[in-house]
Amino acid sequence: MSGERVAAWTEAELGVAGKVREVVRAPEGVLSARGADVDPTDPEIVLLAADLVATMRVSPGCVGLAANQVGVGVRVFCVDVAAHPKTRTHHGTFVLCNAEVVESSRNERAREGCMSVPDLTGDVKRAARLTVRGQLPGTGETVAFATDAFEARALQHEIDHTDGLLFLDRVAGAHAIYPRQTYL
Amino acid sequence: MSSDLYAVTVIGHDRPGIIAATTAGLAELGLNIEDSTMTLLRGHFAMMLLCRGDADAAAIERVLAPLAADGDLDVAVRPVADVATVAPGGSAWVLTVHGGDRSGIVSALIAEVAAAGGNVTDLTTRLAGDLYLLVAELDLPAGTDVAAVEDAIRASAERVGVTATLRPAEADEL
Repeated sequence: MSGERVAAWTEAELGVAGKVREVVRAPEGVLSARGADVDPTDPEIVLLAADLVATMRVSPGCVGLAANQVGVGVRVFCVDVAAHPKTRTHHGTFVLCNAEVVESSRNERAREGCMSVPDLTGDVKRAARLTVRGQLPGTGETVAFATDAFEARALQHEIDHTDGLLFLDRVAGAHAIYPRQTYL
Repeated sequence: MSSDLYAVTVIGHDRPGIIAATTAGLAELGLNIEDSTMTLLRGHFAMMLLCRGDADAAAIERVLAPLAADGDLDVAVRPVADVATVAPGGSAWVLTVHGGDRSGIVSALIAEVAAAGGNVTDLTTRLAGDLYLLVAELDLPAGTDVAAVEDAIRASAERVGVTATLRPAEADEL
């Protein structure tokens, strides 16, 4: 099953040590442009995958990071919601390339923030049941798996990044934007 | 109850107690607050409210005068006419615009909404660091070619170097 494969995946499979990269902030153009599709076996993409995980690990509260957030316009992101209190189903740490939503249902509205938009948060409606498909970096295996709740939200937020969309592009309305009160 | 309707605006430097003082004054005159909105704009208090009751504008101004006494707040009272709420009959949309700050973003983008006969029903703009953000809720008339409006908005956004997204406003019918 793909879900078990994703859950078993760790960055150790990449065989390279990731370096922490600088996270870019809106209005940086790379955040508003759809990323290019990638070859997940390309050594540069493998290195980028390791860097994304390393950068996510050192960033307090960070549960996902897309390549455009470190200034690289390609469709790669990492996610790890294992420690988040809103998480139900999760697959630990993983990186997906060229990911897309296959199926989604059960919309729920919740407050989101983003490292690339540090001063604002916003209410966004997202599917709470989700099936995604993507490729693992390194091996290039195609995986498809279902998830829910907070991992589903994180995946949609990251897939949006790879499509050049910020959570700001999906806020529910003019009164759904808030100044961030506490910085992680 | 009298049908006299008044618009009261209170604008100025924020401090605790402004709403309490304003509403206490209005309550003293037996006025009923029918609609109101309040926000902070960069630390400046901004409130508008519509209240109805059996009092004249001069009496309302008098009761609210202490609010403006130290010069930090401007208070204005004016009678307004009852207007029928326009039934939209069209469709509701949310427009998000963001990009590097520069003058003219709101004007350029909202001009496209107006050109399509659209009516902005709510608008928020924020400047956060270098990021300028506009979120507008708007109604488009029935029969509007939404794809054409989207194209016009996108072209306008490109001209001013920002990104624009137009999405249907979603409502959960329960």
